[in-house]
Amino acid sequence: MNADRSSMQEAPVLGGLRPVASLSPPALSGWGQLGVPGRERLDENLARVTRGAVLTRGLGRSYGDSALPPPSHREVAGTRLADRILAFDPDTGWIRTEAGVSLGTLVWTFLPRGFFPPVTPGTQFVTVGGAVASDVHGKNHHVAGCFGEHVASLRIRVADGRVVDCGPDRHPDLFYATLGGMGLTGHILEVTFRMAKIPSGWVFHEAERIADVETFVARLQEAAGTWPMTMGWVDCATRGHGLGRGILQRGRWCEPSEAPPVPPAPLPRRTVPVRLPNWALNRWTTRIFNELYYRKQIPRATWGVLHPERFFYPLDALRKWYRLYGSRGFTQYQCVLPDRDAPERARQFLEVLTSRQGASPLCVIKDCGPQGRGMLSFPMKGISIAVDLWMDERTQALVDALNEFVIDAGGRIYLTKDALTRPEHFRAMEPRLSSFLAVRRAWDPTLSIRSHQSVRLFGDPP
Amino acid sequence: MNVVLLGATRGIGRALARLYAARNDRLVLMGRDQAALARSAADLATRTGGGAPAAVPCDLDDPAGFPEALDRAFEALDGRVDAFVVTAALFDTQDHLEDDLARAHALLRVDFTNTVVLCEHVRRRMLAQGGGTIAVFSSVAGDAPRKPVAIYGAAKAGLSHYLSSMDLRYREKGVRFVCVKPGFVRTGMTAGLPEPPFAADPEPVAARALAAIDKGSPVVYAPSIWRLVMLVIRHLPRFVMYRLGF
Ligand SMILES: Cc1cc2nc3c(=O)[nH]c(=O)nc-3n(C[C@H](O)[C@H](O)[C@H](O)COP(=O)(O)OP(=O)(O)OC[C@H]3O[C@@H](n4cnc5c(N)ncnc54)[C@H](O)[C@@H]3O)c2cc1C
Ligand SMILES: NC(=O)c1ccc[n+]([C@@H]2O[C@H](COP(=O)([O-])OP(=O)(O)OC[C@H]3O[C@@H](n4cnc5c(N)ncnc54)[C@H](OP(=O)(O)O)[C@@H]3O)[C@@H](O)[C@H]2O)c1
Repeated sequence: MNADRSSMQEAPVLGGLRPVASLSPPALSGWGQLGVPGRERLDENLARVTRGAVLTRGLGRSYGDSALPPPSHREVAGTRLADRILAFDPDTGWIRTEAGVSLGTLVWTFLPRGFFPPVTPGTQFVTVGGAVASDVHGKNHHVAGCFGEHVASLRIRVADGRVVDCGPDRHPDLFYATLGGMGLTGHILEVTFRMAKIPSGWVFHEAERIADVETFVARLQEAAGTWPMTMGWVDCATRGHGLGRGILQRGRWCEPSEAPPVPPAPLPRRTVPVRLPNWALNRWTTRIFNELYYRKQIPRATWGVLHPERFFYPLDALRKWYRLYGSRGFTQYQCVLPDRDAPERARQFLEVLTSRQGASPLCVIKDCGPQGRGMLSFPMKGISIAVDLWMDERTQALVDALNEFVIDAGGRIYLTKDALTRPEHFRAMEPRLSSFLAVRRAWDPTLSIRSHQSVRLFGDPP
Repeated sequence: MNVVLLGATRGIGRALARLYAARNDRLVLMGRDQAALARSAADLATRTGGGAPAAVPCDLDDPAGFPEALDRAFEALDGRVDAFVVTAALFDTQDHLEDDLARAHALLRVDFTNTVVLCEHVRRRMLAQGGGTIAVFSSVAGDAPRKPVAIYGAAKAGLSHYLSSMDLRYREKGVRFVCVKPGFVRTGMTAGLPEPPFAADPEPVAARALAAIDKGSPVVYAPSIWRLVMLVIRHLPRFVMYRLGF
């Protein structure tokens, strides 16, 4: 164990991140378990705790280094104790909350009353502040857009210490830069947005097994025309014909007549008790897992009523599942590729991945609607692909190769998942960057609010 | 049930207030920070879809204000308080308290002297209304002498002693004293401290306290394992305690 620790310490992962298992506490990490020394300052009073803070962090579900302090700092403000819901109008769904309340709290508070967050990512353990800062998207992106589409106003502590209210008609530059701005424009204290009215708390769901990736993407795009929620899992460990075979999922809220009489309750959760050894998850076990996962979908198509947690948050059933990756840490690579030739592009993407020995137990494909209001918001019309990658000496080169492919295809990556992208690659895929940075400079000329990620990607002072 | 909470703006008190609100008890929130009280009252109202509890200013460091604050709290509940719950308190590390005696003094006032005085005011009113429950959060830190919590632990030891003795005196007359002894709980109070074994989240601790207050148990440890842990620590020989860091 000790030998393990010291050998990891001698081999820092690129960008100054280390497996958090190798750092002595206190340490902060992203969900991928790569981190830096540091701690969170926690207080129920966000206005107090964000004063002078270099960065604010929510529940730490971003995978990479976006919620980590820059190298010169050891402390970030944490919002998770600031979880008050300040106002709710049951006629319209308008809600005002402190930034640290989790989407899970909103789900279980309001689902029995016929409301659901307008947009939710694949885990309920994210804060409203984090949902705004990453401008998150969900299975309904093609109809509902990103979280930011539903936000009316934000209360932000900006770099000079003032607390500013902004929205489309008040400081719109600050507002649009903050949606998807990865916390770099200020500390979000409060969010006013609109909850979605739902006919019942249960989901009607269809799943279909599809034999190859081109058909998969075509079917996904087709389903988007008739279903409000779509996504799919594909096998990216099996090469050749089976590459990209997958399970396509479509869903909608049940009408009251179809739904069970009682609203659903939170499901029980298990916790992965210990970190597995690093070798446990490798190319071969991943391939076996993918085979089993694909085969479990028998018959070819299934449908029926589903618990909303099973539909929206399957991974939440297993707490601390990152331990399955061992102590080495991992990252997620998520990109969006424009609509044109999407089916072929998807296959080529998977080929780049597998040709470099990459294998991911989790590969999720989702069709996206048009680009949102946030200046750096991730999705654009096209398809998004997300793969988990464990960290080893090949991961940096793999991410570089995937980025070059994405630049060539006219796509871009999702900052909230990123730990390894090079600044020149990011600039090449993000023509919107300079206008975002201009707004940020206007509100924070000395870049006093910054993150480990902004130092790495935007060249901020360390 | 009619319940008054002092300290519901944060931590365990916040979690406890949410449990009371969820079962539609009538609440009054007391505290020193008006803005924080208003936000917490709004939070309870939006979470339950019911009305907002009344908020009454009361600073534990200002005992002169207690009678008026209690008048207002009792009045907001039509003169009847079934449970009066105090989670308000200060904490600091032993090193900080040794370095700053003004701070130590304030902690002793707030966590012990003034809490006792406040409970005395409440006890009289409860006797007058024919009974009730006074529940106060003490701590396992008051159970045994330990190096890192000498001053805070002394205040809590005194508080536990007061609560248990008063429970002996007044239970027959209908006033029950509940002494809640949390172990390490992940709240703002302990943020940044290294986590010992058996660290707990505020919600289960609040749930256990709520059940004990309903039942009127004189002493409750939360989580329950701390009863055993403190039993062991109380029986460790002195030469061992000299060596241990906790
Ligand atoms: C299992 C899993 C599934 C996921 N699925 C999806 C998905 O389907 N779609 C999707 O879009 N995302 C998804 N994500 C990513 C996740 O939704 C985002 O990373 C989200 O931002 C995390 O929120 P958080 O509260 O944990 O924020 P953190 O991870 O703590 O922070 C993320 C970023 O937000 C900033 N931030 C947080 N709070 C504030 C604040 N109050 N003020 C200013 N800045 C702030 C931080 O500085 C940082 O840049 C998934 C993550 C996981 C672990
Ligand atoms: N957390 C633990 O590990 C732990 C362990 C053992 C025992 N305890 C005890 O459990 C109780 C609750 O702890 P916690 O962790 O929930 O604490 P916390 O999060 O720090 O909350 C303390 C509460 O006390 C209030 N308060 C402080 N000083 C006050 C004053 N002068 N007048 C009025 N209100 C005042 C605060 O109000 P403001 O919002 O105005 O600041 C806040 O609501 C305390 O008695 C504590 O000693 C806690």
